[in-house]
Amino acid sequence: MRKTLLAAAAAAAVLGAFGASSADAKTFKWAFQGDAQSLDPYSLSETFTLSLQGNIYEGLIRMDPDLQIEPSLAESWEIVEPTRWRFKLRQGVKFHNGNDFNADDVLFSAERVRKDGSDLKGRLAGVVDVLKVDDYTVDFVTEVPVPTLVNEWGTWYIMDKEWSEANGAEDPTDVTAGKENFSTRNANGTGPFMIQSRETDVKTVLVPYEGWWDAANKEHNLTEVIFTPIGSDSTRVAALLSGEIDMMYPVPVQDMNRLENDPNTEVLGGPELRTIFLGMDQERDELLHSSVKGKNPFKDVRVREAFYRAIDVELIQKKVMRGLSTPSALMISPLLFKYSDEFKRLEPDAKLAKELLAEAGYPDGFEITLDCPNNRYVNDEAICQAVVAMLARIGVKVNLLAQPKAQYFAKILAPKRDTSFYLLGWTPSSFDSWNVMFNIIGTPDLESGRGKFNNGGYSNARFDELTDLVLSETDQDKRNEYIREAYQILHDERGYIPLHQQALAWGKRSNISLVQRADNQFMLNYVKVD
Amino acid sequence: MVAFILRRLIQSLFVMFFVALVSFSMFRFVGDPVNQMVGIETSIAEREALRERLGLNDPFMVQFGRYIGKAATGEFGISYQHKRPVAEMLVERMPATLELALVSAVFSLLLGVPMGVYAGLNRDGFISKVLLSVSLVGISLPTFLIGILLIFFFSVQLNLLPSFGRGGLIDIGLWKTGLLTIDGWKSLIMPSITLGLFQLTLIMRLVRSEMLEVLRTDYIKFARARGLTNRAVHFGHALKNTLVPVITITGLQLGSIIAFAIITETVFQWPGMGQMFLQAVTTVDIPIMAAYLMLIAFFFVVINLIVDLLYYVVDPRLRVDTGKASGHG
Repeated sequence: MRKTLLAAAAAAAVLGAFGASSADAKTFKWAFQGDAQSLDPYSLSETFTLSLQGNIYEGLIRMDPDLQIEPSLAESWEIVEPTRWRFKLRQGVKFHNGNDFNADDVLFSAERVRKDGSDLKGRLAGVVDVLKVDDYTVDFVTEVPVPTLVNEWGTWYIMDKEWSEANGAEDPTDVTAGKENFSTRNANGTGPFMIQSRETDVKTVLVPYEGWWDAANKEHNLTEVIFTPIGSDSTRVAALLSGEIDMMYPVPVQDMNRLENDPNTEVLGGPELRTIFLGMDQERDELLHSSVKGKNPFKDVRVREAFYRAIDVELIQKKVMRGLSTPSALMISPLLFKYSDEFKRLEPDAKLAKELLAEAGYPDGFEITLDCPNNRYVNDEAICQAVVAMLARIGVKVNLLAQPKAQYFAKILAPKRDTSFYLLGWTPSSFDSWNVMFNIIGTPDLESGRGKFNNGGYSNARFDELTDLVLSETDQDKRNEYIREAYQILHDERGYIPLHQQALAWGKRSNISLVQRADNQFMLNYVKVD
Repeated sequence: MVAFILRRLIQSLFVMFFVALVSFSMFRFVGDPVNQMVGIETSIAEREALRERLGLNDPFMVQFGRYIGKAATGEFGISYQHKRPVAEMLVERMPATLELALVSAVFSLLLGVPMGVYAGLNRDGFISKVLLSVSLVGISLPTFLIGILLIFFFSVQLNLLPSFGRGGLIDIGLWKTGLLTIDGWKSLIMPSITLGLFQLTLIMRLVRSEMLEVLRTDYIKFARARGLTNRAVHFGHALKNTLVPVITITGLQLGSIIAFAIITETVFQWPGMGQMFLQAVTTVDIPIMAAYLMLIAFFFVVINLIVDLLYYVVDPRLRVDTGKASGHG
């Protein structure tokens, strides 16, 4: 540190008169384990890609540090009819290239995001019409009432119509088109930062946009931001320790102590919205990967409960996650569901589990394969190894098949669903229970997309009914009641074995202050360098 | 001579064809690219449609034929992940890899040959023994570990060298070089040592054993009998005759340095082709994987060709032989 100071002093002395203004220069360097796939805001609905783009582009709404919805490009909105939402757009907003923002840009973005090649079509699910009332008023008409319409719009970024058309970027990036889309490496948003240069996977440089409409309330003091992806965990940690970068994430669990013990670095931890859980094939009449033939033991709730009770999540929290997880009784983060306190995990009890197995007709247990990713979630493979050991205590011999995510997802997801027992994680992108109920727990149905990620085929008619009620119920209290009933059904049937919420771990230099949002989005607007 | 070179280049096409064939037949086992390309909201039907449009449902031979057909016209496709032309991305990444490979090859030659000569001439000397035992480390430690240890000492503890990336780049046309700035060289030091250590060890051991071999031969004894100086005997006669195997090995190793820079590049976040390849493997980016493997195959062929040509330069006997052979023809 002293050396750097000396060097800085020397540099300042050399620069002399020229250096006067550069004393205020605040360059912020940070790293993530990968890069955003594209700058095209509709090319991939993935946390990091959207997170980086979110510094450049803005949506009609935005999420504040506590994940509460606040106005952004839309100043206000009202529900004029149950199926018609009216948005008043902010006036005087300019894109980075100086173009005005108005209703045409919203209409254009609404059209573009629903075109083929867009990965964010779901942002406008249920919207049948987008109408321009005047230059700064837009109506969104939905088929049925959609109370959660704007929940995901924090990451539906508005693009400039004129710019997109002038550069041939009217359509979202299509990998099968055989050529590059202009918006892949160029961006023109309304947000607080502009792209100065970008080399995919190497380096991206951002500078503040002086004309940002909310510049008066800006929270950052940066003059330049340099982002570098660093894939290797130990290199990323080393770069932070040596001060070459000011911030990085994720921090590997094994390096937490090191960063915490260094006086110049800190670890910021917080609960993430992602729930990690185990799923069981309850659909097939015979499991694909098990020693039990002719029947499916998971169809018996006693077997599912035995598995549930055999797993001691607190032990996993202590030994595998080193405290960086919150055991969970629900399939959704407690931050996102009002009555989450009412749900408690079943007490781990190996003896009872063994009895349940015996009752179900498996006194000597059986053999089964557990599918597990090894590079997707925090310590995913280690969690599975712990599960294997815990199930061994009740006589179930688990063969662990841990694979990289590319192979893992190809195997366990639909259409193959080639698994009997698997570990998966889920973050509801709309911050709402319906997303979890529909995608993870609902009865799989190709047509409607229900149960798309319900790889074990859990199915309950009442649950599906409640899911539909939750979708269109506008009364919040009623809605929460439906959700509560649904989760109770799932809990009683032991349809899934929720394990924990994994924790976020960001590392930073001590002179940096920033805001950590539970959805793992990193907003440069809240970064201060002292 | 020209015919010889042409023949080799045509052979290289066959090599590349077979590499493409083998790698294509393996891509089916690396996973499903579509799940890596779309977010969680994309429906199963849309995933299936994308798979269809990418031609991933076609039989293997159809996919392969289509790829080769396009590759023959210089069209290597669009990266699934980055949505950019693969050829362009490889060209962008190539300077980083080639500079790293060359610097580490030069490093291992410049140090390895003198060390080997020394160890050969003073086979029982203390320093030779030290060199030999230290070189064991170079052979037995895995690359990534050497890299991490270097980072730990020189970046974290001493704060002397950058732990990742290529600093101080200067554009010369299409080529971005780090060889013209101090920053660039500073970033090169640790990666090239990491990458070159194994080669250094190999060359040193090879030169040493070759020297020991040659020093025993009659013409060395004769040279000494003629009263030549030690210097002339060691470097003029002995060293020159050890060079043929050294050139072969160095040449072949240069190919592997380029190909196996993957690990070094990943450890140091070196923005080269190897790092891009490794990323492509984790995301099943087939166009990048295929193009990279074919390019590496091409490098190997070209390097072999250069090695063969160098033999002529170093070994006069070869020149005499071909002269005779062509004379007969």
